[in-house]
Amino acid sequence: MLWLCLYFPRLALDILAQTEDLPLAISQGRGRECTIRQGNAAAVAAGVRPGMRLSAAQALCGDLRVRPRDEAMEGAALSRLAAWAGQFTPALSLAPQALLLEIEGSLRLFGGLAALVGRAQAGLQALGYQTQPAVAPTAAAALLFARAGLSVFLTDKRTLAGQLAHVPLRALALPARSQAALEDLGLQRVGEVLRLPREGLARRLGRGFLDDLDRALGRRPETLLPFVPPARYIGRLPFPAEVTDADALAFGAQRLLQELAGFLRARDSGVQRLAITLKHERPPTTRFVLGLVAPSCDPRHWSMLLRERLERVALRAGVVEIAVAARDLRPWAGRSENLFDGAAQAQEGWTQLVDRLRARLGETAVRGLQTLDEHRPERAWTACTPGETGHAGEEAALTARPLWLLPSPVPLAQKDGRPELDGALALQRGPERIESGWWDGGDVMRDYFLACSAHGARLWVFQERRTRRWFLHGIFS
Amino acid sequence: MNPAVETLLQQPYLWRAGRPLARLSDAIPTGFAALDAELPAGGWPRGALTEVVVPQAGVGELRLLLPALARLGRQQQWLAWIAPPYLPYAPALAAYGISLSRTLLVHPRNETDTLWAIEQALRSGTCGAVLAWADALPSLNERHLRRLQLAAEAGRAWGVIFTGGRNAGQSSPAALRLRVEPAGEQTAVHILKRRGGWPTGPVSLDLERTPTPVRTPRPLRVQS
Repeated sequence: MLWLCLYFPRLALDILAQTEDLPLAISQGRGRECTIRQGNAAAVAAGVRPGMRLSAAQALCGDLRVRPRDEAMEGAALSRLAAWAGQFTPALSLAPQALLLEIEGSLRLFGGLAALVGRAQAGLQALGYQTQPAVAPTAAAALLFARAGLSVFLTDKRTLAGQLAHVPLRALALPARSQAALEDLGLQRVGEVLRLPREGLARRLGRGFLDDLDRALGRRPETLLPFVPPARYIGRLPFPAEVTDADALAFGAQRLLQELAGFLRARDSGVQRLAITLKHERPPTTRFVLGLVAPSCDPRHWSMLLRERLERVALRAGVVEIAVAARDLRPWAGRSENLFDGAAQAQEGWTQLVDRLRARLGETAVRGLQTLDEHRPERAWTACTPGETGHAGEEAALTARPLWLLPSPVPLAQKDGRPELDGALALQRGPERIESGWWDGGDVMRDYFLACSAHGARLWVFQERRTRRWFLHGIFS
Repeated sequence: MNPAVETLLQQPYLWRAGRPLARLSDAIPTGFAALDAELPAGGWPRGALTEVVVPQAGVGELRLLLPALARLGRQQQWLAWIAPPYLPYAPALAAYGISLSRTLLVHPRNETDTLWAIEQALRSGTCGAVLAWADALPSLNERHLRRLQLAAEAGRAWGVIFTGGRNAGQSSPAALRLRVEPAGEQTAVHILKRRGGWPTGPVSLDLERTPTPVRTPRPLRVQS
């Protein structure tokens, strides 16, 4: 067993979309006890330190933005990160502000320990999270190394005790009383604690403390709660300040879409619909749905569609939070390359083209064509989703049909019972009598002719048998 | 002639006026042998724009393209109709062998969106042919056409723009320009511009101006 621990030292800050040049700090506690928990680089540069009172921090840095710590959101973000990390291994567990991944079985697939850890770290950085990784044969030891900030990649159990000896005691995250007791004894590192007699430690600090140390050293078996990924993805990203720029919104959404991509990769799925929610200072929220022709798990494709859509959506006010929800997962088979056939690339490219056109022009503006079994010409076809294969229309009409059909028949002027359009029309072939549709109210009784106009255009005209009026219905081209 | 001049003249990199350039890029056969003989590379230019000038609609300009479009459909390539003036009639297209499951009908709302849609379809690489109409683009100018030509090159698509008579005199960056006119029972195709050759006189084609469908209906079997 080999455990990788990914510790997030700045989780409270990283769950917000932020820019590095605006000072931002997270506060904890309420009222008079409100202190600063963490500040970003700009705040630290201005002199804000953890543990400082809120009023002091605000005095030091005038334009400091302070947000209260939201533990629920941190927990939700950690779950999403665990779902994202499911692409590396199925054995995951959550720890306070950290993820534990059992990676021994995944080393070969990802090309070795260094490659896997590098990939995980790079992926998390792209998502906007700072991580401290550590690898050890036991999960508790990996967690200790990561919390202490030591980038230890330990694969051998025999040297575990030796390495653990260097870990400072504050990484154990003990309750304040135990921490104070150990410091009074003059102990600073785990190695010093391990040299003390065990019974004495158990009496002073409790049996649990000793069991934890044994589990870290591998002397006791450890049981961890396995993480079960949720069936759907719901990601939320709050902005520290109101955002009105579509580019900034799309950039923030990029993080959520990358998380979604990792989640989908872990589950071998694609999504066809994404529900996007934009929250403003005051309700109501703006909601819309992005739909694709075929399921996809490519974050760039989603990002492009979202960008197009954001340009069209009218925002009433600035956005303070963006949420992406994917509820309906579809199985998605990976793409296999074809050695010879160029048709395979064209095959999947068309869904991207149709999605792009639909994102900008609207879903009803991009359609496909299909024939229907119908005698009435205007009903012998229908618009459908592009790419749908029709079933009807195997029997061709007995006579020719024009390539262009007018949306509705245009009445023609008449002279001596003959139709006229820029001069007299010469009727050439016909009549083709079509009588149909008495059962659904669209009753037609028409005689169709092929007519030739004075300019040489070939037209498809008909005479309504009941009213004896002439209409133009199509153009042979 | 001097043998040295002979060998020089046979070099492939030497261009001689009056001799069409062989195989500039692969082309889509038009389906009409008389027209293929006049076009450079023997067919519709792939990866370039073709401009069809039609003073009067309905004289066979679409029928001229149909064999090539049917061939593209058989090769699983897509056909995009961007802002057509009327409805392409599905049963007629199916009768001519156009693959309806590879047909895309796009109706943008305004001119900017129309130009954008044509460019996207040309550039994507999945559309074998993109048909557009200049009637939907009142302010179409040479700069737009040049941009569409570049998009067609990038996506190796065959782009066709149907223009009315008003643009016939202007210069255009399209690789091929034709004018289609009725000539009695047949249709005359004047080649106004082609790569590697001068404009030629009319090519008369019998486009079956009273067209018959490709698929004939099955006769009923009578039990005797």
